[in-house]
Amino acid sequence: MNHLDMQSLILGRLTWDAIPFHEPILLATFIGVALGGVALLVALTYFRLWGPLWRDWITSIDHKKIGIMYIVLGLVMLLRGFSDAIMMRAQQAIAFGDAVGFLPPHHYDQVFTAHGVIMIFFVAMPLVTGLMNFVVPLQIGARDVSFPFLNNFSFWMTAFGAGLVMMSLFVGEFARTGWLAYPPLSGIAFSPDVGVDYYIWSLQIAGVGTLLSGVNLIATIVKMRAPGMTLMKMPVFTWTALCTNVLIVAAFPVLTAVLALLSLDRYVGTNFFTNDLGGNAMMYVNLIWIWGHPEVYILVLPAFGIFSEVVATFCGKRLFGYASMVYATVVITILSYLVWLHHFFTMGSGASVNSFFGITTMIISIPTGAKIFNWLFTMYRGRIRFELPMLWTVGFMITFVIGGMTGVLLAVPPADFVLHNSLFLIAHFHNVIIGGVLFGLLAGITYWFPKAFGYKLDPFWGKCSFWFWQIGFFFAFMPLYVLGLMGVTRRLSHFDDPSLQIWFQIAAFGAALIALGILSFIIQLVVSFVRRESLRDTTGDPWNGRTLEWSTASPPPAYNFAFTPLVHDNDAWHDMKANGYVRPLDGFIPIHMPKNTGAGFVIAALSAVCGFALIWHMWLLAGAGFAALLAAVIVHTFNYQRDFHIPADEVVRTEGERTRLLLAGHV
Amino acid sequence: MPPLKNLRRRLLLLPAALLAGCNTVVLNPPGDVAAQQGHLIVVATVLMLLIIVPVIALTGLFAWRYRQSNRDETYAPDWDHSTQLELVIWAAPLLIIIALGAVTWISTHTLDPYRPLQRLDAARAVPAGAETLTVEVVALDWKWLFIYPGQGIATVNELAAPVDMPITFKITASSVMNSFYIPALAGQIYAMPGMETKLHAVMNRPGVYEGFSSNYSGAGFSDMRFRFHGMSAADFERWVQSVKAGGGALGRAAYLQLEKPSERVPVKHYASVAPDLYDAVLNRCVDSSKMCMDQMMAIDAGGLGSANAYRVATKAWRSGPGDSLARPYVEAMACTADNPEGKPVSAAVRATQ
Repeated sequence: MNHLDMQSLILGRLTWDAIPFHEPILLATFIGVALGGVALLVALTYFRLWGPLWRDWITSIDHKKIGIMYIVLGLVMLLRGFSDAIMMRAQQAIAFGDAVGFLPPHHYDQVFTAHGVIMIFFVAMPLVTGLMNFVVPLQIGARDVSFPFLNNFSFWMTAFGAGLVMMSLFVGEFARTGWLAYPPLSGIAFSPDVGVDYYIWSLQIAGVGTLLSGVNLIATIVKMRAPGMTLMKMPVFTWTALCTNVLIVAAFPVLTAVLALLSLDRYVGTNFFTNDLGGNAMMYVNLIWIWGHPEVYILVLPAFGIFSEVVATFCGKRLFGYASMVYATVVITILSYLVWLHHFFTMGSGASVNSFFGITTMIISIPTGAKIFNWLFTMYRGRIRFELPMLWTVGFMITFVIGGMTGVLLAVPPADFVLHNSLFLIAHFHNVIIGGVLFGLLAGITYWFPKAFGYKLDPFWGKCSFWFWQIGFFFAFMPLYVLGLMGVTRRLSHFDDPSLQIWFQIAAFGAALIALGILSFIIQLVVSFVRRESLRDTTGDPWNGRTLEWSTASPPPAYNFAFTPLVHDNDAWHDMKANGYVRPLDGFIPIHMPKNTGAGFVIAALSAVCGFALIWHMWLLAGAGFAALLAAVIVHTFNYQRDFHIPADEVVRTEGERTRLLLAGHV
Repeated sequence: MPPLKNLRRRLLLLPAALLAGCNTVVLNPPGDVAAQQGHLIVVATVLMLLIIVPVIALTGLFAWRYRQSNRDETYAPDWDHSTQLELVIWAAPLLIIIALGAVTWISTHTLDPYRPLQRLDAARAVPAGAETLTVEVVALDWKWLFIYPGQGIATVNELAAPVDMPITFKITASSVMNSFYIPALAGQIYAMPGMETKLHAVMNRPGVYEGFSSNYSGAGFSDMRFRFHGMSAADFERWVQSVKAGGGALGRAAYLQLEKPSERVPVKHYASVAPDLYDAVLNRCVDSSKMCMDQMMAIDAGGLGSANAYRVATKAWRSGPGDSLARPYVEAMACTADNPEGKPVSAAVRATQ
């Protein structure tokens, strides 16, 4: 075997050319990341944090810690996704006429693809999953999720999927296809390099994690609710989490399948979506949107759940129309499967098909509208405390209805013919994803932060963040509505018409305001940490909450509840407080808990190795990685030490500590 | 405070003024189909504002009135249900959607791009037996080819049509998906390889308008633009003659050269065009060693497509620098002009013509 064969067997397509030495932006980023990474490693070593990091976090199967790790992942990836956004806004603000801007198409096309992929899969999804993970077991009075090991494994699959996307920045390149990678452009004939393969394998690996976490949370919600909590007594956030996870379990296998077919086209020469030999690219478009449209609701339903919790808490009122809220959620869940074709009205479906999907899309706005009214009438005759989560909620209500309106407009097929793929569309979905999903997630993060860490977030920097986001959003996206009406299409890296430039400059200014919003959020985290003693919550119930998570300590003990609560009302904790609930002070017994394991991390890491090897056609490494992965799974099945009991005296100690804190708080 | 009021009014008018100041072609286009679509946007928006404006106003009002510091207002912490209100909040959006759904059903059918035009503009119906112009559109990497079968000419990155004459576009693509869009004329429709989409439209005002691809298609996408010229019937006739006088022929060989990726391609004219070229592009057999898709489908439909009906060979699907990837294809075997006996032809031997 000669030298070249050996090299391609081991390294596949990977050569020094794949490292972007010639791209100054990437090189500078790489140096920055490398220096930061080295500093982090040194700090971890210096402060002897490797042990605690491994024992308490990486191998942890505590749903609360996993939830927090998901949210950290989401926030870190938000910085990456947002720097892509800033680059696009800057490029479009300057690339007019003779000025070509600083991003050639080769780079620009990767940036907008990465922006979409990262924001949906590695920002919104981890934040949503993280909040569900943290909150749902606490809200239903459970001690953990149904399958704690699976939960750890799911997180690490998502994290390593994100890692692969990040790796594409410095080793090779990312897809230049748009975030849904429509063939034939994403086929091997038009995208022969590694970009689409990075796309496929990072989504496949993360997708496994998402699917398993969906299964896990459904089982948790169905089987582990506290006694007395019937379905119609579940908190609304838990309801939306249930519906979202049903959507995940039904939709993500379609994504997995369609990406598998695309990879067969790319790797073994099948012709599912190619132009010739009977391939049909429109089949891909159908399949990816059968996943893609429910995905929109996967993201927004939990945000609706968060707003429902926040609005009831901060208005000091029962949620108006609980039952209709639940039915609205379920109706949206079902309808979300009947609208996917509205993403491609312009691909030549007949008028009757287009009308059908247009009208089903509009019908979704009816339950959504009912939800908005329910929040509105929860505010009616309330005593509204404008704490941060409530600010985000009011901001959402005003912003989201505009996005909802433009969405219904786009659902009218003849209107879509002139607005499809335009910047009007871009403005619309950012209007609902930022104004709906992101505002919801930020409301949720500020709302449950004291539960997770035992102190509130600093309100001043939180308000700065809110106003920068809110105003920045309007500056960044209202110009795009206008540009859409001027017939300007998306994904352009250069313009000829100078009269458009002012609108792009306004949008870039808006993006800068949003950057300040993100910066304020980071400052808020730091300031809150520094001032944590004065922001401390000793009660476990800093907002006068209504649901069970506020009945336990902040942060909750590993076992969440020393005794499983009994539920009589849908605002269970409010009901307990109103009826003179007395916290039990003795009679504690040992608590049966699952035990930490590193298996999830190892299996996910091996999956990422396998994915990386497949991307670069390193067949030897891919085979070895896959064998190791199977071996690790099999070895894990022989691990019989999966549980332990927290001894009764430790529970007594923990609960005694809380009693002291509560008493100290009352003085 | 009249000055403040005045200022507020001016601020409210500002967006409208700005919108009027820039060229919102989508809302105010000169082509009748696009004009109806623009009008529909306005109607639908007004219909929805009926509910959006009250919601925003109520949100502001309730947020202000029921703030914690305002102790004058009623506080009803346990009030969480009202059947009448529930009926209203479900019925109000429902009624709007019923109205909008009816508008949608009707307008989607009347403005279906596949449907031949019924009217030239709001005042004039299409006269019986009116002359129409057919244009065959091919999206290439990264430019537009327009074939005028009636006139026997072809152009690249330039489209012309007489005003007030119905135009029928037949649209396909050579390699990846694009979307054919002239905002001043009519809504877009995708251009997809191996498939044909259709668009019917009419331009009502002479002028030069922007056209482009509105679906991202790769590196040269940003500059995949062309001009659409709406002209009088006489000017159009003169334009056709000038194209014919310019010379140049678009046969299969010339097409295969033209099809190769290129960016910012200047306008090109062809005085003549092979009559079966568009059909061959659509059926992916301009390279005549490849079997046409319609033939393959006919064989399959006849139940003859199994066993050894097809001979598959491989060749670089688009010979050119940096594009040497070999792809399988089905060899032509039906009778073609170049191969009257219908023998399978080996890729190595065939010189495409």
